[in-house]
Amino acid sequence: MFPTLKRLCQLSMLPLLAALSGCDLVVMSPSGDIAVQQRDLIVVSVVLMLLIIVPVLFLTLYFAWHYRKSNTTAKYDPEWHHSTRLEVVIWAAPLAIIIALGAITWISTHKLDPYRPLDRLDAERNIPADAKPLTVEVVALDWKWLFFYPELGIATVNELAAPIDVPINFKLTSSSVMNSFYVPALAGQIYAMPGMETKLHAVINKEGVYDGFSANYSGPGFSHMRFKFHGLSNDGFNAWVAQVKQQGTALNRDTYLRLEKPSEKEPIRYYASADQDLYRAILNMCATPGKMCVDEMMHIDMMGGAGKESQENREKLKFDGAPIDINLRGHGPEEHSSSEPAPAASAPVAQNTSSMDMTHGNHSMSGMDMSKGGDAPAPKTN
Amino acid sequence: MFSNPDLLKFIFGRLTLESIPYHEPILVATFCGVAVGGIAMLALITYMKWWGPLWKDWITSVDHKKIGIMYIILAIVMLLRGFADALMMRAQQAMAFNGNEGIFPPHHYDQVFTAHGVIMIFFVAMPFVTGFMNFVVPLQIGARDVSFPFLNNFSFWMTTAGAIVVMISLFVGEFARTGWLAYPPLSGAEYSPGVGVDYYIWGLQVAGVGTTLSGINLIATIVKMRAPGMSFMKMPVFTWTSLCTNILIVATFPILTATLVLLSLDRYVGTNFFTNDLGGNPMMYINLIWIWGHPEVYILVLPAFGIFSEVVATFSGKRLFGYASMVYATCVIMILSYLVWLHHFFTMGSGASVNAFFGITTMIISIPTGAKIFNWLFTMYRGRIRYEVPMLWTVGFMVTFVIGGMTGVMLAVPPADFVLHNSLFLIAHFHNVIIGGVLFGLLAGVNYWFPKAFGFKLDPFWGKLSFWFWLVGFYFAFMPLYVLGLMGVTRRMSQFEDPSLQIWFIIAAFGAALIAAGIGCFLIQLVVSYIKREELKDETGDPWNGRTLEWSTSSPPPDYNFAFTPVVHDHDSWYDMKNRGYERPVKGYRPIHMPKNTGAGAILSALNLVLAFALIWYMWWLVVVSFVAILVVAIGHTFNYKRDFYITAEEVTAEENKRTELLAKQV
Amino acid sequence: MSNTKIDTSEKPQFFLEEDHHVESSTNLGFWLYLMSDCLIFAVLFATYAVVGRNYAAGPSPADLFELPLVAVNTAMLLLSSITYGFAMLQMERNAKAETLFWLAITGVFGAVFIGLEIYEFVNLIHEGAGPQRSAFLSAFFTLVGTHGLHVTFGIIWLITLMVQVSMHGLIAENKRRLMCLSMFWHFLDVVWIGVFSFVYLIGVVG
Repeated sequence: MFPTLKRLCQLSMLPLLAALSGCDLVVMSPSGDIAVQQRDLIVVSVVLMLLIIVPVLFLTLYFAWHYRKSNTTAKYDPEWHHSTRLEVVIWAAPLAIIIALGAITWISTHKLDPYRPLDRLDAERNIPADAKPLTVEVVALDWKWLFFYPELGIATVNELAAPIDVPINFKLTSSSVMNSFYVPALAGQIYAMPGMETKLHAVINKEGVYDGFSANYSGPGFSHMRFKFHGLSNDGFNAWVAQVKQQGTALNRDTYLRLEKPSEKEPIRYYASADQDLYRAILNMCATPGKMCVDEMMHIDMMGGAGKESQENREKLKFDGAPIDINLRGHGPEEHSSSEPAPAASAPVAQNTSSMDMTHGNHSMSGMDMSKGGDAPAPKTN
Repeated sequence: MFSNPDLLKFIFGRLTLESIPYHEPILVATFCGVAVGGIAMLALITYMKWWGPLWKDWITSVDHKKIGIMYIILAIVMLLRGFADALMMRAQQAMAFNGNEGIFPPHHYDQVFTAHGVIMIFFVAMPFVTGFMNFVVPLQIGARDVSFPFLNNFSFWMTTAGAIVVMISLFVGEFARTGWLAYPPLSGAEYSPGVGVDYYIWGLQVAGVGTTLSGINLIATIVKMRAPGMSFMKMPVFTWTSLCTNILIVATFPILTATLVLLSLDRYVGTNFFTNDLGGNPMMYINLIWIWGHPEVYILVLPAFGIFSEVVATFSGKRLFGYASMVYATCVIMILSYLVWLHHFFTMGSGASVNAFFGITTMIISIPTGAKIFNWLFTMYRGRIRYEVPMLWTVGFMVTFVIGGMTGVMLAVPPADFVLHNSLFLIAHFHNVIIGGVLFGLLAGVNYWFPKAFGFKLDPFWGKLSFWFWLVGFYFAFMPLYVLGLMGVTRRMSQFEDPSLQIWFIIAAFGAALIAAGIGCFLIQLVVSYIKREELKDETGDPWNGRTLEWSTSSPPPDYNFAFTPVVHDHDSWYDMKNRGYERPVKGYRPIHMPKNTGAGAILSALNLVLAFALIWYMWWLVVVSFVAILVVAIGHTFNYKRDFYITAEEVTAEENKRTELLAKQV
Repeated sequence: MSNTKIDTSEKPQFFLEEDHHVESSTNLGFWLYLMSDCLIFAVLFATYAVVGRNYAAGPSPADLFELPLVAVNTAMLLLSSITYGFAMLQMERNAKAETLFWLAITGVFGAVFIGLEIYEFVNLIHEGAGPQRSAFLSAFFTLVGTHGLHVTFGIIWLITLMVQVSMHGLIAENKRRLMCLSMFWHFLDVVWIGVFSFVYLIGVVG
């Protein structure tokens, strides 16, 4: 973005980097292009600010020393309290820096918008015309991560893999509470929230095994809500997919409902096949049989509601509390038995139409605009 | 009869013996300590026959000075609790590696970090700041009390009642395990079914009433009760920052109140504001809570800025540089603080333009803040700086705060925030500004105004020791967190897997130990100063060669503050008076009209405490009883029309003659 | 602040020898309180704006609201504001009995308003449209209910003041209190106009 500045700042960061060479500052040396650009932004903004902060620190210490009481040679002028010229400078200097930083912010925020599809693989390479992005649908569960690969038909728990130099389109949601999906080496984080979909576009440029975790506190199992992200070569990735297909079992609604129950330190799981509409059902909070999907509810609401005689819809939409074992949440870690049937299975089975596509444009509140022009809307946007 | 489970349930709601955590050794030991200390204190008060004076002169007092002092005592007591939580967190994170569980399981650790945040913000920083505003503002503007003295007493006791609610949760039941802002759906009834979040809600609601009322009170005081001649642009800077802070309080705390009401309706009634299902919207809570939460940061820091402005001018022996730009900067910060709340959740998926807008507004705040730093800097320029303890804190602040400001602007760049959000970098940043900005300011203020409040200075040796422990301890405790944040370590973790992180946490724990020493030195400083009070005595009322009106009266000031209302002609009016040969009047005293003490505030707050406790534990009969009692007492109080009295001219004369003699001794 | 003449000579007057007469802060303080209360309503309105159309596949305003009932209700509150105005006019004339009479009328209108609101709420809950049914109904009950609670407290306050006026007459303190309640009462009226148009009218018509 600003080559000279960048070089300058690399220089200025040198001593600090040397001091910290003993530890892995993954945020400052990431392996994915998005994270690299975010790192550059950190460096550029620090250097811009140091332009004013270094003189201030120096002057503070100098004035504090020079004008000490015991130094009677220093000039003392108790009535001096105004200087228009100085006032202009002390307002203008920070203003100038903030104008520069503000411009950088405006441009970079749009360029690095997590909803925006990538336009390059890294600083040197654009995306090849024939490149086919990899889609990963991420579900934050209590307290583990479920990854669907819709194009490959597979799914995994607590392990994520992607080929290097291939754009990855993440779609994220959560089953119960808010989490944040974060792989520092790959790209910045984004919240995963129940009943809503967020998006993240990223690419990994170096092979390796990287840490991923939830960066938003979500309850007692939060500390162990971690997974490994494997950046693999094309062949390596194909081998990994083959391995998942070979070792994995099937993920259907029943297995999902058992998986969804709160558990900690969940081992890596492979699913050779995953139900086609399962992610959509999770996103719409209707994976449990008998529940009405959120998108259907929103469609009804847009049409003006379902009238007074719609009491039975309430039960069908009551989501919180039903699939989660309250005691488990309330009293910390406990092993869950995987043979336990889904508790809500006794609810009357009713229509379960989750295929209704719809657009919506109702009320919005500034700062809560989740949907982006052109994209399919998340079921609950606000 | 008492074996009847239904009856027990009716009387005690969901409170059972199991709610008492007698199986937690840490808590039992703490409880024993608190109980022994408490009983010893009650015994001492009884033995010394202090109950009468305590009730008559303090608990029922409507004197703004005493209320201010009580606020600060509350803050210091709660600081010890909040800091104990901090020490436990640092110990936990330094230990919990390689499968070692540390000292706490997650369900306990999660309460500790929630309690730490809640207590430090609501029950340390807020009462500390409010205490200073109460004590100092009327003195600085030449008034005899605040506009609504009874309301002031009530506000204080409501704040205290809120603090007591939070403290009870330590020994009866549990506290919230949600983080200090209790985001739903995690804080909803389904995912936090226990009493923890209810303790959180009612603690904050009770205290919030007190805070809002005290904000209204102080605005009215500053607008209506300034001494003749003191136009807005001649007000001391601390009064200016207090005015802006109180405007922020009145304009934001109702939002917090309303938001928490909605959350409690979700939990108690089963409404669907912030639920996942039935059309609820958790993101709405996050927006609302930060519309309060961001201005709250400035509510805390603006008065600290005011304290620094007073201190730097006094100890540089020089008028504050750029008074007008200081005032404008304060007002600009006040207004802008409303336009930045979204920067707390750039990662929630708002559009790029929305994120960029809030990022840039956030950066703009650094312009007036930077101007303030320059103003303090150029106040020192051509000054003659006396390094008394308050000035040390001020220089320490200036150095530390700019670093915190820089990391703050880094976090304001949305794409950079994506990699730093919720990380320990963020934790380091806000401790950098809250400790380096707010807390340093408050401790400077304690050292600065203590002689005014008690008539003797604080011991400088222990004060300096405390300062250096705090300063060095701060850097040791929080610089490693910056590093850990850049290593991608997130906040609120109770267990770690990567052993290479441990060394940084151990350094941070060492820093926390240094800060503990700093707090210890501060407490020793209080004790030593009390013992040496004769030696440290201030008989002039003006120990620092001060510049504003509070230094024109005696230390401690008489109940009525000023025998004659001062007339103001210039900034720094006491400096101006001294300069132009002011002679203190020694006769012609008149009777002074003053408000009467009343116990209604303390009683109402106690009833509110009962109401909160009953609500938390579902004791519905007690809810009804205490609510009716509150109504009856409040209405009953309005039937009392005799709320004031006159201090007779003879009493004023006697009081002032004592001061005349003391001053004569000085010459 | 009083308008004290300030002497600007070399050694000016530095203190007031007479009493410093400070103007009462009650009006300002009460205004500030009203503004803070207004913010609570602002939050509730904003909440209604955000989730007011989330019917959760349930009833919508058009299914539930009965405008004629609400119109009567609104009329009650508006009339009560007018009668409070009459009470204040009588207070200005120091006519104690007339003031009390108009205050009583105001209280009756207020009570009818609350009664109708309770009737409406009970009906809704009876139809299965309680506050737990959907986010829209949660927001509706909370907004309207908070206003109703305010009116209820206003009535309690009104009764208290009537007792105090009959005990002590129209002394300065009581006049000040009546003035505060007057501001409070009219404020609630204004809020209700917002509720009526924003929730009921737009809900049914728009």
